[in-house]
Amino acid sequence: MLKDITIGQYFPGDTFIHRLDPRIKILVSIMYIISLFFVNSFYPYIFILGFILLTIKVSKVPIMYVIKGLKPLIFIISITFAINIFLTKGEVLFQIGPLTITKEGLSQAVFMALRLIFLIIGTSLLTLTTSPISLTDGIEKLLSPFKKIGLPAHELAMMMTIALRFIPTLLEETDKIMKAQMARGADFESGNIIRRAKSLVPLLVPLFINAFRRADELAIAMEARCYRGGEHRTRLNELRLKRNDMVAFGIMILFFGLVISTRYI
Amino acid sequence: MIITLENLNYIYNPNTPFEKKALDNVSLNINEGDFIGLIGHTGSGKSTLVQHLNGLMRPTSGKINIDGIDISSKDADLKRVRQKVGLVFQYPEHQLFEETIYKDIAFGPENLELGEDEVHKRVQKAMKLVGLDFEVLKDRSPFELSGGQKRRVAIAGVLAMRPKVLILDEPTAGLDPRGRDEILNSIQTLYKEEGITIILVSHSMEDIARMVNRIVVMHRGKVAMEGSAREVFSQVEKLEKMGLGIPQITSFMRHYKLKGNDIRDDILTIEDAKIELIKYLRSREDA
Repeated sequence: MLKDITIGQYFPGDTFIHRLDPRIKILVSIMYIISLFFVNSFYPYIFILGFILLTIKVSKVPIMYVIKGLKPLIFIISITFAINIFLTKGEVLFQIGPLTITKEGLSQAVFMALRLIFLIIGTSLLTLTTSPISLTDGIEKLLSPFKKIGLPAHELAMMMTIALRFIPTLLEETDKIMKAQMARGADFESGNIIRRAKSLVPLLVPLFINAFRRADELAIAMEARCYRGGEHRTRLNELRLKRNDMVAFGIMILFFGLVISTRYI
Repeated sequence: MIITLENLNYIYNPNTPFEKKALDNVSLNINEGDFIGLIGHTGSGKSTLVQHLNGLMRPTSGKINIDGIDISSKDADLKRVRQKVGLVFQYPEHQLFEETIYKDIAFGPENLELGEDEVHKRVQKAMKLVGLDFEVLKDRSPFELSGGQKRRVAIAGVLAMRPKVLILDEPTAGLDPRGRDEILNSIQTLYKEEGITIILVSHSMEDIARMVNRIVVMHRGKVAMEGSAREVFSQVEKLEKMGLGIPQITSFMRHYKLKGNDIRDDILTIEDAKIELIKYLRSREDA
């Protein structure tokens, strides 16, 4: 069950997309998200879909793997779909009891669900093709101009690195504790909501205790290696923009400019 | 036969670049009253195998029968299987969560929906089996205890389910010598006095040689060797190829024999070695 969560997971590879500068990939992802919210009709989705499929193809991430990433969010997507389909007023198509489905509702529901799906797939492509380390390097570099106004860019990036680093560890640990409690007859899957919430206690208490223990150990290990935050820290591999990065970035600006402009034509 | 495995296969993360075959056509029989030592290098599939033995993992293909219950079938009563086969994970103290030791040990039997009296009796018995003083400790928090004591609480938590088979995954990892001996003695008692079938996963060849009556060696997801301690530990070269060793005392006896001394080299414990050496030295004096 927990193994289905692919958010934040990295899919190793050595393709054009994998090699792109992480800063470019982050900026492109932000442009992608913004342009998605500018889209107000169906046909620009064709461009978006094309962009997604092309990126998946070039990055050689199996398409089923990307789609699997939607699984944990199916609940949110269906709720959005349901709210839009039933609560939008307009020309009535069907009526089932108190629920009415309107033409506008149907199109709105499909539209919103597609927007969510594109949003999730697009952003998960960022993490799938960028290793956590280069991702946080990119974030740190992008945030560094704001250091002047007192933003702790390095510390933020370090916190993100650590958080990302520990997602799989904590998932593994959750899995292990769940199994250990299941071996003692615990049942996490049946019963009403109160019973289920109660059944989480034997899972959450050890998980928190272990997480704090790990945090403490990590802090000591970092101090033992003289970590003092970002001051005077140098890097082995400096990020440098190459021509490919610039070309890709230019094309992407044009592309998303086009997508956004569809709203005004 | 209490557990039978037939052509068991298990693949982690199928169809991704992380795909890994953890169990490769494993067939194994475990009899009632066995004390099995399961050894193998890290990543050889031991942990995956033991999780199949109480239905926590389902095989990709193959058959498992546990005391008459076929786990491979969809509607198998896994709760009953888990009651019959108790599994103590590595570092079991990481699973403790209750405010008091009593409550933590009672968690298992309460999940079996037993009456209060029965739960009480089982907790008392389980604590006694692992050598914890019921009256002194029952109302204390498990988090105040030492590492070795915490581990014994966790093991008691599994024992309170009254399993027929007890699997322990490296129960002595990270303990000091005293904690180690206490745990091993408890296991010995469980086997001898309670008649529980035991499967012990361990990296300590000494412990294995001293305690078990059958060894199963796992290598790259396969059962590589199987037999009595004497049979398995006599094949040193094969074991060393798999990154495993033999008990130090066995190794010593082998070397001593190679120096031209006419002694047995299939000795597994220090006690036996002592007897054999004294016998040998006396016979040499006499000659």
